Amino acid sequence: MQRLGIIDYFGVITNFIGKTLTIAELEARKLHHDFTELLTRAVQPALWLLIFGEVLAQVRAIPTGNLPYIDFMAPGILAQSVLFIAIFYGIAIIWERDLGIVHKFLATPTPRSALVLGKALSAGERGLAQAAIVYALALALGVHLSWNIISLLLVVVVVILGAALFSTFSLIIACLVKTRERFMGIGQILTMPLFFASNAIYPISIMPSWLQAVSQVNPLTYETDALRALMLSNGPTVYGVPFDLLFLVVATAVNVAIGAKLYPRVVI
Amino acid sequence: MRRPWHTWKRGSASFLHLTAPLLHWPCECLENSLRERRILQRTEWVAQQEAKGGSILQTQSLTKRFGDLIAVNELTISIEPGEIFGLVGPNGAGKTTVIKMLTTLLPPTAGNASVDGHSITREAVGVRRVIGYVPQFLSADGALTGYENLLIFSKLYDIPRQERKQRISDVLNFMGLSGFSNKLVRTYSGGMIRRLEIAQAMLHRPKVLFLDEPTIGLDPVARKAVWQHLQQLRADYGTTLFLTTHYMDEADLLCGRIAIMHLGKVAAIGSPSELKSSVGDDATLDDVFAYYSGAEVDSGGGYRETSRVRRIARRVG
Repeated sequence: MQRLGIIDYFGVITNFIGKTLTIAELEARKLHHDFTELLTRAVQPALWLLIFGEVLAQVRAIPTGNLPYIDFMAPGILAQSVLFIAIFYGIAIIWERDLGIVHKFLATPTPRSALVLGKALSAGERGLAQAAIVYALALALGVHLSWNIISLLLVVVVVILGAALFSTFSLIIACLVKTRERFMGIGQILTMPLFFASNAIYPISIMPSWLQAVSQVNPLTYETDALRALMLSNGPTVYGVPFDLLFLVVATAVNVAIGAKLYPRVVI
Repeated sequence: MRRPWHTWKRGSASFLHLTAPLLHWPCECLENSLRERRILQRTEWVAQQEAKGGSILQTQSLTKRFGDLIAVNELTISIEPGEIFGLVGPNGAGKTTVIKMLTTLLPPTAGNASVDGHSITREAVGVRRVIGYVPQFLSADGALTGYENLLIFSKLYDIPRQERKQRISDVLNFMGLSGFSNKLVRTYSGGMIRRLEIAQAMLHRPKVLFLDEPTIGLDPVARKAVWQHLQQLRADYGTTLFLTTHYMDEADLLCGRIAIMHLGKVAAIGSPSELKSSVGDDATLDDVFAYYSGAEVDSGGGYRETSRVRRIARRVG
């Protein structure tokens, strides 16, 4: 194996970033042509916030400290809607494999990891559209939002990371199961525990201890924790935003690395 | 009495008669000069190849096993620069597997192959830089315009920013798609999508273009158009074409050399006329196919094959 000089490393990295952005651009252009998809996606978070949120806020069954329940829940619903978008990304991969699109991309000199991360970022683009919708709903419901510019930028980062993390996870599963039917079954099985074994709609402290353990390795918990701290004007955090970000970055990097290894195998 | 010129309407006969030759002449000049440039590039390239000597694509006992099944069994072929090489054979003969290995999508179980001097196992990225690939299915992105499909690929193939526009308009012209570049691909006909895909695959001027059943599911007129463009592509750019097909008329018309694959091995190889005379005096290529593959043409097509063709036909509309 030839050793690379510092210039070569620079070239490899700029090439990787350039190609990743090209793939993300491809998906952004698709959204630009047809954004009805984004509008239909707005329905689900709206239903959760308006029906589930309003009802549980009346009941006052969930201990959220001095935070109104709807405030507690809004960041959780954002994390959830990003999860729901991202977790079915694998279907698109299988669909593109069936159409031969994946074959064509794999036959270009694009790094595999750039193909995977580009796809992940495009899930982030869709996630940001969800964030805009959840912010609009939260504003209408009187959630105490923070408009600090740094916090808003970090919300963007967390949403993109969350989307990237779960979409690459979905891609990994798609590469393993390889058919749409099997994937649909597994996708359904995964979303439920990921969503309910997290702090998205209730604090971890009310769970039995075994479920708490599950929640503490669930990335959605850290995504929600960060969003809660960043979105709300006096948002609480259990683990601290830096730790949340670190957890999300590491988990995303691991997923991209595994995804890049498995992605070429989807065409076999 | 003639009306003064400024009262002529656009689109009236007199206006058109006057302007048409004026517009046509510079277009024709431009086209001719472009063609000359291409031919010049081609001769330069052929000279380089001759200096290097030898073949552009070589396989050496290339083998692929899937469990017990031997899909490709010790394939050894060699292809000259500028050749149109056809791989034909019944369903399941291993044609697509060969293309997948040569385009680095599938690692071989044993043996090796090189494309333009790059080994498919050790220098996969080098191979990917010099090849273009048009998969079996119509795989241009329907949610994007033709121009966008090409733009993304020009970026993936590292075509310098300042050259992109020119390259894209060149390939669009070449494939006769200029008027449709800003339409969404899902509004294209099947033949147009196929031409767009060939345009995508030739943006970076590949040395070898792989086409997996290029005219599957297309109507006769669209097939003819694809054939003409492929022949033009070879004539103007000297691109080596490697294609698989089920259609013997296509192989006969396009290919300089044909290899008939059967059960993962090459049963016969040669020019269409050589193959025909090897079987009988007035044999057609269909007869050759049946003779070497032990199967009647068009008798086959299991459930999977049939449903696949139907699916493509549906997409083509």
